[in-house]
Amino acid sequence: MTQEPKLLEVSSQANYPYNYSAGRLLSFFFRALRDQQKIYGRKCSKCGKVYIPPRPVCGPCFAETNEWVEVGPKGTLECFTVVYFTFLDPMTGKKRPVPYGYGLIKLDRADTRIQHFLSLNDPRKIRVGMRVEAVFNEEREGKLSDIKWFRPVE
Amino acid sequence: MPERVAIIGYFQSRCEPEKREYHITDLVYEVSSGLLNQLGMEIKELDNIVSCSQDFIDGRTISNRTIPEVEGAYLKSEAKLAGDGTQAVFYGMMRILSGKYRTCMVLAHAKMSEGPQNVIANAMFDPFFQRPLGFDELNSAALQARRYLHRYKIPEDKMAEAAATALTRAQKNENVFRGKKTTTRQVLNSKMVASPLHELEVYLPADGACALMLADETAAGKWTDQPVWLAGAGVCLDSYYLGDRDLAESRALSKAAKKAYKMAGIKNPRQEIDLVELSDYFSFQRLLYPEALGLCEPGNGSRLMDSGKSDPEGKQPLNPSGGVLAGNPLCVSGLTRVIESAKQIRGEAGKLQVKKEIRTALSQGSYGPAGQSQCVLLLSAK
Amino acid sequence: MGRRAAIIATGQTVHKSKRREVNIVELIHEAVSDCLKDAEMTMADIDAVLIGNMEHFEGVYNADLWAVDGTGAWLKHGMKITTGGTTGASVAHAGYYHVASGMFDCVLCVGWEKQSDGDTTAGLIFQADPLFERATMSGAIGTFALAASEYMNRFGITEEQAARVAVKNRGNALNNPCAHLRKAITIENVLQSTPLAYPIKLLDMCPTSDGACALLVASEKIAKKKSPNPPAWFKALSTRHDQPFNSDLPLLINMRSLRDAAKEAYAQAGIKNPLKEIDVAELYEPCTFAELSWYEALGFCELGQGGKLMDSGATQMSGELPVNPSGGVISTNCIGATAMIRVAEAAIQVMGKGGARQVEGAKIALATGFGGSFWTELTILERD
Repeated sequence: MTQEPKLLEVSSQANYPYNYSAGRLLSFFFRALRDQQKIYGRKCSKCGKVYIPPRPVCGPCFAETNEWVEVGPKGTLECFTVVYFTFLDPMTGKKRPVPYGYGLIKLDRADTRIQHFLSLNDPRKIRVGMRVEAVFNEEREGKLSDIKWFRPVE
Repeated sequence: MPERVAIIGYFQSRCEPEKREYHITDLVYEVSSGLLNQLGMEIKELDNIVSCSQDFIDGRTISNRTIPEVEGAYLKSEAKLAGDGTQAVFYGMMRILSGKYRTCMVLAHAKMSEGPQNVIANAMFDPFFQRPLGFDELNSAALQARRYLHRYKIPEDKMAEAAATALTRAQKNENVFRGKKTTTRQVLNSKMVASPLHELEVYLPADGACALMLADETAAGKWTDQPVWLAGAGVCLDSYYLGDRDLAESRALSKAAKKAYKMAGIKNPRQEIDLVELSDYFSFQRLLYPEALGLCEPGNGSRLMDSGKSDPEGKQPLNPSGGVLAGNPLCVSGLTRVIESAKQIRGEAGKLQVKKEIRTALSQGSYGPAGQSQCVLLLSAK
Repeated sequence: MGRRAAIIATGQTVHKSKRREVNIVELIHEAVSDCLKDAEMTMADIDAVLIGNMEHFEGVYNADLWAVDGTGAWLKHGMKITTGGTTGASVAHAGYYHVASGMFDCVLCVGWEKQSDGDTTAGLIFQADPLFERATMSGAIGTFALAASEYMNRFGITEEQAARVAVKNRGNALNNPCAHLRKAITIENVLQSTPLAYPIKLLDMCPTSDGACALLVASEKIAKKKSPNPPAWFKALSTRHDQPFNSDLPLLINMRSLRDAAKEAYAQAGIKNPLKEIDVAELYEPCTFAELSWYEALGFCELGQGGKLMDSGATQMSGELPVNPSGGVISTNCIGATAMIRVAEAAIQVMGKGGARQVEGAKIALATGFGGSFWTELTILERD
């Protein structure tokens, strides 16, 4: 009986600590989450669309956004899912806990949607079109996670 | 079918070690909008875009996914060349020559301050033989420097002199951050980072962006009366394993240059090229690369430097911008060489403008360990 | 459109979940060798080697440089074009531009991914915006799940209709010796498979595969004189990028980049009725629901009618416009290669080399490329 050659593997792990600059617009946005518990969108100087996440330029117009518009905290859930499978989370280096619900929410007064967690994780209790509202954390750091999740509006 | 492609405009922003108040979108918008405004071009007149950036540098898989809106790529054709900016220009040129596009905006960005550069560079090396040795850009270049000095018996202070020349010249360049009157002695006294390279001989990670616009010959006439023609282009890849090459030469650069010279009809580069902008990430490349480009005999790079021919007032100015050592990030570095060359041809280089009339200029860019991938572009006033 | 150029040969590896007996460079070499054999050429005939790969998956930066021994790019012209999931098609398009520029005659295009060497979902999450998307994002699965919820709600598309896509494509894969997953499944199998992210179940989604693909793009001169295969001429190419967040895109699954790209490509190719005039299509469908909605975006049917078109049988092998005779992405997904495999399979069809998966008399083929950014690279090939 012949032996199969033993196939070797070389493991290579690296830690890549990136520090992403938020820049002036996103810094305003995150400070508003942290300090005021308010969500802001950014309005195009040409077409008037209000963008979230905020950005310096409206792509279709190639024109600058020039105004902050308070949006939400309520909105309409336009897409959702509940995740059952777990995977290595590159943010934490650990497996992400499941199940969790997340979706795309069209905040009132915004023209684009925002992706965020939902308080629910049973798909039978979630509907496209349901009204939801942002829930802020007690402790806030100036990150998107200052919004804990979106829960159904009673 | 278009026969020729020209650079019709360009825009640079200042490179800094860290541009903290800029998000990557701000960095890119500054140059894309700056360029379009300067040309008076509406976004709908922009045909297609070639961008240059790297996933590993940006810390983002699909690095061009951050920038579609600010580079005018909304519902447009864009492609990312993940290498050096010079290659992005070459690719943009081919896209126009194919007949499908009339214009092409080529832009490059990098925000090196956001990531751990030596860890990133280490990822270029294969996990079996080279990565575990802790290779990065710096120490692989240091190996090459050592080999080059040894082969031609060049004293270390010649490399240092090249660096001192670059940094001193860079004082006149408002777009870079390392310009300072520097002596050879100061370079040799700076910290030894990977022998034989001292700190002042090594490029610094930086944040920056730049952009230029290409057009075919009929479009060029519409936008500018001073098109800078792309007369020649060549790219070549060397072997990967450092031990597979003689590091004292750059075979890939020689081959890339030959292709570019052939395309441009240049038979005697020492006479026919008026100006050279090469990508000197490390001091010794200012000596080695002119040899590989055929601008002097192998081993004579330092003699070329000593002769004064490469001085700003010389017969063939070399890096009148101060080069990459003066402060350019990866990706942007090569595109900047093209822009600096085009500026000299058009007489728009301001404080950096050399006196000699520049009709033909060479721009060189590279990426990869010890300059494995090389690109040479020839720019011409006619 | 520009100067003529054609694909004259293709090569692929036999795609598997883990190719443990080869390293990345060796994997690439298999596809390259296969392609050169198909072309009856050697590396000496090749002027340029263009590559695409998603570097974060395998954790190799500038992988094109390591790959030179496998791609044959040593001391040749080489460029790396990377655009996410559409990479393979972007590289094929780059091959077209290289040749159509008049500067190159014979260009080798290579795409690969050794998914098993890294962690695919982690890699996919890394393409999400770090400040807004990464915490919630759960890879391609989650994005399609979000998209499917809206699609089902708006048009009444059912999970059964989506399941039909998987049954069709996995069935087609039985005819493709290179496909990764080659086991027929039923609608019941799909509906009962492990839920991944509501409403997506395991069999609604593509696998992760180790594989490589190569194709040779040649000038008209070379194609007419030296090609052992009937050349697959580039008839139309179009690329569209879109806004940076998936949450910016209304009716996400319907891909406005695909709709817009199709308009340009059809205009270029003179196609007015795609369902009738296109003989075969290879769509980059990582998920069943996506294929349904892309029938609509490509104008094979009206908006919202993708499920009905699937039900009608029009896209089966026996139908009016067979879609994914290769088995599609649902049967094989080595991301850096996948979009190129669509182009290669489209070329194989118009060359008449499809063997058991050949669509009889195919002359015009369409291939789409897709990626996590919801961009499109669309190619139409035809035979003289």
